[in-house]
Amino acid sequence: MKKDGKLATFVNPLIRENAILVNLLGLCPVLGITTSLNNALGMGVAVILVLFFTNTFISLIRKWVPSEVRIPVFIVIIACFVTMVEYLMKAFTPDLASSLGLFIPMITVNCIILGRAEAFASKNGVVDSMLDGLGTGVGFLISCLILAFFRELLGTGGFTINNPFNNELLFSFLPFEAIKMPIFVQSSGGFMMFGLILGVFYCIRIMMEESKKEKEKKAKEAENKKIAAEGKEIK
Amino acid sequence: MLELFKVLMISMLTSNVVFSLPYGVCSYLGVSKSKKSSIGMGFALTFVTILASVICYLINMLLEVLSIEYMATICFILVVASVVQFVEMFIKKFSPSLYKSLGIYLPLITTNCVVLYVCKQVVDMDTLLGGLGLSNTIGGEFGNFLFMLIYALGTALGYFLALYIFSVLRERLEIAPVPKGFAGVAVGLLCTAIMAMIFMNGLTGIF
Repeated sequence: MKKDGKLATFVNPLIRENAILVNLLGLCPVLGITTSLNNALGMGVAVILVLFFTNTFISLIRKWVPSEVRIPVFIVIIACFVTMVEYLMKAFTPDLASSLGLFIPMITVNCIILGRAEAFASKNGVVDSMLDGLGTGVGFLISCLILAFFRELLGTGGFTINNPFNNELLFSFLPFEAIKMPIFVQSSGGFMMFGLILGVFYCIRIMMEESKKEKEKKAKEAENKKIAAEGKEIK
Repeated sequence: MLELFKVLMISMLTSNVVFSLPYGVCSYLGVSKSKKSSIGMGFALTFVTILASVICYLINMLLEVLSIEYMATICFILVVASVVQFVEMFIKKFSPSLYKSLGIYLPLITTNCVVLYVCKQVVDMDTLLGGLGLSNTIGGEFGNFLFMLIYALGTALGYFLALYIFSVLRERLEIAPVPKGFAGVAVGLLCTAIMAMIFMNGLTGIF
């Protein structure tokens, strides 16, 4: 039973409680860097690292932090880890770091990270917080990749993927380059694409909920009939 | 003087912080439910941005003297958090009625990307003005400081403008017949896309 609970803390933030698609937190980097799959992957990995370490660290020290000053304490811890990740990225993946630019230090003020620290890590144990951080981070990566897939396909007519460590071209596939729509790699196209994806996502969710309700209704009716039939038999 | 006016207009309209490089989108979507709250948030953010960017500009000089620029993000976010806390206490003491209307938005400003973005930008004025296609015509440290003040004011006012327009739009969208899944945020984002096209592609080249 306990294992189930731990698994749920990892799986739930992936899609069902996805921080971006459901809670609409931390949208600035999502709209800013999803112009290509490369950038989205780099940003996603950076956010996963920061979330994992801050969640772990904050849940380790949660008993010693007075509740009046917890927000400044949390935000300084987050800023430390973000600075570490920033300098690591500048050292090992310089091209990726320069194409992400100011969005890396801006992870500090990403609402997802402070939100998870405040809502989860400051109240739960270390292992749970680690799993929650990983799950939320992977959920962020998934929604970034979905958005970047459509934006890069429409904006550049295909996909180009570079090795982030030495900037070698790994893969290039541009079948629709002649009819590309560059507005989708600008910010206005990002807003449009994200609005469309969000709308479709909510439509699917509403449909699923309705079908679930109908199924429940049918099951209840069948049960009622069964009970009625049993009642008749007894009579 | 003309250059100062240009900086104000460019940072406010053509490279609007919400539309051109999406920063501060979370609060843009969160606080725009009514006109009144958007005005409150706009004033609070303008004040905090200007104060925080001045302090960060001065702190960065100290960091450069000590050559520990890698502490920049950590110092700046501490400055932003403490300025927000200070403004909250100040308003609470001197104007309780204003505190009542602004109170709930003040803590939100700490995690608003706009403030930290301006603080990170103003520490390197040469690159910033070069990026806008301008140069420091007044010259010297004083000129840099003046340009920095105007840039911070323009960026914050640009956010204010975007937030206010969107809150007015949203009040109309509430009563519009929109498909079920798209109602609320999704259709708001589509409207934002059109506004971004107007601000980014329509107004570019005027200034």
